[in-house]
Amino acid sequence: MFCYGYIRIVPFQSQIFHFFKFFSVFVCLQGSDNELKAEKEGVSDSESKVDSGVPEVPVPPDDTPEVLNKALSGLSSRWKNWWVRGILTLAMISFFFFIIYLGPMVLMMIVLCVQIKCFQEIITIGYSVYHSYDLPWFRTLSWYFLLCVNYFFYGETVTDYFFTLVQREEPLRILSKYHRFISFALYLTGFCMFVLSLVKKHYRLQFYMFGWTHVTLLIVVTQSHLIIHNLFEGMIWFIVPISCVICNDIMAYMFGFFFGRTPLIKLSPKKTWEGFIGGFFSTIVFGIMLSYVMAGYRYFVCPVEFNNDSNSFQVDCEPSELFQLQDYFLPSMLESVTGWTTVRLYPFQIHSIALSSFASIVGPFGGFFASGFKRAFKIKDFANTIPGHGGIMDRFDCQYLMATFVNVYIASFIRGPNPTKVIQQLLALRPDQQLYIFNSLKAHLTEKGLLPALEEAAAA
Amino acid sequence: MTELRKRGGGGADPDSADNISDKEADGDDRLGLAGDAEGECDGDSKADTPDYPLSTADTDNTPECLNKALEGLPPRWKNYWIRGVLSLAMISGFFLIIYMGPIALILVVMSVQIKCFQEIITIGYRVYHSYDLPWFRTLSWYFLICVNYFFYGETVADYFGALVQREEPLQFLARYHRFISFALYLAGFCMFVLSLVKKHYRLQFYMFAWTHVTLLIVVTQSHLVIQNLFEGMIWFIVPISIVICNDIMAYLFGFFFGRTPLIKPCVCVSHAPQLSPKKTWEGFIGGFFATVVFGFILAYLLSQFQCFVCPVGFNSESNSFTVECEPSDIFVMQEYTLPTVLQNTLTWKTVNLYPFAIHSIFLSSFGSLIGPFGGFFASGFKRAFKIKDFANTIPGHGGIMDRFDCQYLMATFTHVYIASFVRGPNPSKVLQQLLLLQPEQQLGIFHTLQSHLRDKGILPPAAVQAE
Repeated sequence: MFCYGYIRIVPFQSQIFHFFKFFSVFVCLQGSDNELKAEKEGVSDSESKVDSGVPEVPVPPDDTPEVLNKALSGLSSRWKNWWVRGILTLAMISFFFFIIYLGPMVLMMIVLCVQIKCFQEIITIGYSVYHSYDLPWFRTLSWYFLLCVNYFFYGETVTDYFFTLVQREEPLRILSKYHRFISFALYLTGFCMFVLSLVKKHYRLQFYMFGWTHVTLLIVVTQSHLIIHNLFEGMIWFIVPISCVICNDIMAYMFGFFFGRTPLIKLSPKKTWEGFIGGFFSTIVFGIMLSYVMAGYRYFVCPVEFNNDSNSFQVDCEPSELFQLQDYFLPSMLESVTGWTTVRLYPFQIHSIALSSFASIVGPFGGFFASGFKRAFKIKDFANTIPGHGGIMDRFDCQYLMATFVNVYIASFIRGPNPTKVIQQLLALRPDQQLYIFNSLKAHLTEKGLLPALEEAAAA
Repeated sequence: MTELRKRGGGGADPDSADNISDKEADGDDRLGLAGDAEGECDGDSKADTPDYPLSTADTDNTPECLNKALEGLPPRWKNYWIRGVLSLAMISGFFLIIYMGPIALILVVMSVQIKCFQEIITIGYRVYHSYDLPWFRTLSWYFLICVNYFFYGETVADYFGALVQREEPLQFLARYHRFISFALYLAGFCMFVLSLVKKHYRLQFYMFAWTHVTLLIVVTQSHLVIQNLFEGMIWFIVPISIVICNDIMAYLFGFFFGRTPLIKPCVCVSHAPQLSPKKTWEGFIGGFFATVVFGFILAYLLSQFQCFVCPVGFNSESNSFTVECEPSDIFVMQEYTLPTVLQNTLTWKTVNLYPFAIHSIFLSSFGSLIGPFGGFFASGFKRAFKIKDFANTIPGHGGIMDRFDCQYLMATFTHVYIASFVRGPNPSKVLQQLLLLQPEQQLGIFHTLQSHLRDKGILPPAAVQAE
């Protein structure tokens, strides 16, 4: 599991041993849940009596690449696991940097792939739980619904952000004008196929899988769609939240490792209050520093736009007020401590405090949710895609709520409506409605003093 | 009585004979259902023994007065009469609330939604024996309140913009609406996570998912119904009447001419009986044509009245709802030239129609062709969970959900239809958004709009104005 694998109090003698492992711990980052899961199985034995008759979900085979296996064949299995996790973690983080470098289009593709993989993992669990892999039509229908919902969401995004491109190409224009209708028609077809595919002996199963598919779509596809929205606001709104969640995991794990004593929640016995609080403060500090570093670069700060003339994406703009250094007066308490009267900050750093707090305090609930889900369905990991870490879902479970929060935060506190979208809607109105809005807007702007010259010219 | 239910009004009544055979031959026992968790593997019959106090679908709550009045008749006729009386009562109720106006309609839609939600959740409790789960009833209702708050808040902010701007607390709530709704939802989510109890993880996740799917179905539909209503009451009345008419007409045609069964299961399981064996092709096709004609006539009748046709507006001065406006183009009589085929048969060259009548043909077609799938879905759902009716709220008919199952898709279709083919964006909403933008952005839009209007010739050209 991505989040938190704190270790509880350790005997004094093995403190040295743990210090020895410090380096590998630092590298291994994520919680050692995989190792400790073997012990957890014992904990969940008492549950098995209640759920008897539930067959175990088949554990996917271990697919650590051969090359790694050979290189580590000399070490004991415990160290081997640490090293595998460590190497894979480094690989994932480097990959993250690499795709950021490649730009927004690639990021969008990656988000789409991750979404598809997460969907496939959850649906596979559903199949295993319900032995419904052989149900007629169901695999087809699940993927069909995924396609429909993605078509709907990506269509809306494309229409919003690539407005001029869409207006230019004739087939795209028609698709975008009747977009909702087309998406609805596609969804309806799937719905009718489901109804026609109901088979007498399997009604309940089929309804369960239908419900399972829809809940999965609700969780996975809406989150990924919101991530893309955040990305278009500016890559910093994508990078900082994800990094905060990752940092919180790592920091909480480390604090728990060294200082962990008081258990946090019954659901995840390895989590501790010390880890939680230590992770909270270090994530805030990390968030502030990361925002400071990133807010200086236009590449991260500017909204992603599509340039009609060059037919490519550009991230070039005048940074908004959020990303310009401003002076803040320190409260007198801090003044006496640090000896500074004012401090220069980006306003975005203040926002990053809110983002980090959310990631540390509420983000873990996403992890507990996934943890409970895995216990409920008796699975160790969602899948075995990443050797040593589990499936893609295991890595992304804490990110669920973060993406939604960032999107809601931006919509509420940062920006107003998107001007291009407003123009679109304006041009779709009837002429008398347009005239009415034009006059209201003119009156409003004149009131605000933005249009004095025109008024005088018209009056003259 | 159960035998008669099978042939009742085109709706999704399950076949009780099939129910019995389902119990014996049920193949669902491979499921690791919590209901079957006791290790029993033969049939769901034990799992469905309700420990939820008195499954309401099994008690007869026909009012005493009706019972007395119909004492003399044999049970078959008695059932017909009860159904007939209740149908008339419901239709009169429908007319009454239309008369009372939009606010009453909104309240009724909301009550129906809450009742449907409660019915479906109750079924979930029965299926999973989870009535005693800690917190769960509270959490389900809490999520319902959150989602309703979110949707109704958006509607209020859109349509009552002027009212909202006036009152200070409302303005604050409207500005941070999404954030507040999200925070409320998150609180519910965290409560759910904290309420996970070791022995009941799976049950709790099932109920969580059940609640969310129910919300997805029930609340979004009701919200779309309200939005249709605000477009003009005709967009609310005509679709609902179409679905009701289709039910009745399909039933009548099937009753008199029914011969060929309608729906067959997936071809790979050839020996299984059909989902709704009482539906017939004759009923289906007869219902289709009858509904198209009915929809056409109804649309023609209603288009003449401003109170049905105008969007519901809120008058800030009088603090009340007004339905007064200049009817839009689709409610203005226009001449259409008939295609030559029809000209020869009818000897009319042109015909005066409301464009809305043409739209009503599409609405009727959808209601007749695709609407029944909503009924089949509910039918399958009831068979899957071995229930006869969703509840027993309406004597002779079942629960509220039984009456509204075919309406699901209709409301969504009407909304999508309006958004795609009838109207553009709502001007007051666009103005609201405009006023929220930064001044430079507003100026930019102002100039764009100005040049656009000048191009179209609505505004005099700049040269004239500057002088």
